[in-house]
Amino acid sequence: MEQTINVTLRVWRQKNANTDGKFESYPVSNVSTEMSFLEMIDVLNEQLIKEGKDPIAFDHDCREGICGMCSMYINGRPHGPWHANTTCQLHMRAYKDGDTITVEPWRANSFPVIKDLVVDRSAFDRIIQAGGYISVNTGNAVDANAVPVEKQKADSAFAAAACIGCGACVAACKNSSAMLFVSAKVSHLSLLPQGAPERKTRVMNMIAQMDKEGFGACTNTGACEAVCPKEISISNIARLNQEYLSSSFTTAE
Amino acid sequence: MKWSEVFNSSVGKKLVMALTGLFLISFLIVHAGINACIWAMDGGEMFNKAAHFMGATVVIRIMEIGLFIGFLIHIFQGLSLELQNRAKRKVGYAVELGNKGSKWYSRSMGLLGTILLIFLIIHWKHFWIPSRFTGVEEVTLSNGVTTHNMFALMQSTFSELWVVVVYVLACVSLCWHLIHGFQSAFRTMGVHNDRFLSLLNSVGIGYSVIISLAFAMMPVTMYLGWVS
Ligand code: SF4
Ligand code: FES
Repeated sequence: MEQTINVTLRVWRQKNANTDGKFESYPVSNVSTEMSFLEMIDVLNEQLIKEGKDPIAFDHDCREGICGMCSMYINGRPHGPWHANTTCQLHMRAYKDGDTITVEPWRANSFPVIKDLVVDRSAFDRIIQAGGYISVNTGNAVDANAVPVEKQKADSAFAAAACIGCGACVAACKNSSAMLFVSAKVSHLSLLPQGAPERKTRVMNMIAQMDKEGFGACTNTGACEAVCPKEISISNIARLNQEYLSSSFTTAE
Repeated sequence: MKWSEVFNSSVGKKLVMALTGLFLISFLIVHAGINACIWAMDGGEMFNKAAHFMGATVVIRIMEIGLFIGFLIHIFQGLSLELQNRAKRKVGYAVELGNKGSKWYSRSMGLLGTILLIFLIIHWKHFWIPSRFTGVEEVTLSNGVTTHNMFALMQSTFSELWVVVVYVLACVSLCWHLIHGFQSAFRTMGVHNDRFLSLLNSVGIGYSVIISLAFAMMPVTMYLGWVS
């Protein structure tokens, strides 16, 4: 049932990448429990604009849990308290009247803050560019079902393909490791026959780029899997290790 | 891909941790097996024979060098990875994820490992350095061979309560370190079949608890005078 609650938002405010940031507290009153978390911030921002203040900058796009833009570290957990959920799909019924909610940007050297809650995740784009693709001949498109794919592999590849590149795995990891993200992308492509030609170079190039971007080494703590909005399994990381080791030990040069 | 590139990559560095870790895990089985001879209740005869064997042949001396190298690589690589990983997040969180996402001991391998390193130095000082360098009182075995009386050294070392407490605490750290390390090593080596992973997880917990308990019982039973 719809209720209205009052909450206090404690938000990280930072002008730009070169200045220091700090927390600011804002009371938000008459919040409908049916609102999404982002709608609540929209309401606060309108209020701030009316008061002549700078609205809180945050990333968002689809607001339906599929684009991966809405990066917020809410009360010590990426994407807030709900399991397998994105911030845009978090609703205010998760909170009680009088709650104080702390919102921070993703923290990792490889994701520098651009402004307030917005971080630069282009490191992920460069990892994808390094090998997250397949080669397809031009001309007529091949029938989708012309290449047989083993059911189990198709399922695993499909589950891995659900990754929306949000970066919550990096945000949650004590090592700021991007291994869950990279493992999802590698598993998605390398399990399928379409990804076979680049199988070895893909994983080696993507890991090399990942290291170059300054992400940490995985110590298998499992924090990434616990917070991933798309429930990407940590077993993908072990698969990535196997792909990487067997590829790098078997190349000729 | 060059060897140096492989072993300088984040996955390669972890592979080194996994391989040396599993090597040390297998060493612990040998170590615990030999030490269990103290419980033969024969005045340390069987244990002293086993200890004599571990120092008597050149083959085992060579293996000992391998063991040292394994320890050194595991320690240095572990510490440097811990520091490198920590440096990847310069600005931390005001509210931490903590135990909501992972087990405390999986996040504390560096700390547990450091405790074990300190213990290792104490342990070497107690047993390895006397037996190799500074000398241990001799005993003649029933077959006429004269050797170090390591059994008596153990008994006198474990007659002090603080030593027993330190050893038991080290075994507790060892247990948590192994519970995470055992299965993590296989994941790093690429085992991703869920059926095997859950099997390895159970085997790892069983191994860690049994090994740590066996080691912890050695000083405890000696202190309590249950071993003669
Ligand atoms: S693996 Fe999960 S947490 Fe990481 S980027 Fe993909 S969807 Fe986000
Ligand atoms: S805004 Fe697209 S996933 Fe949240």
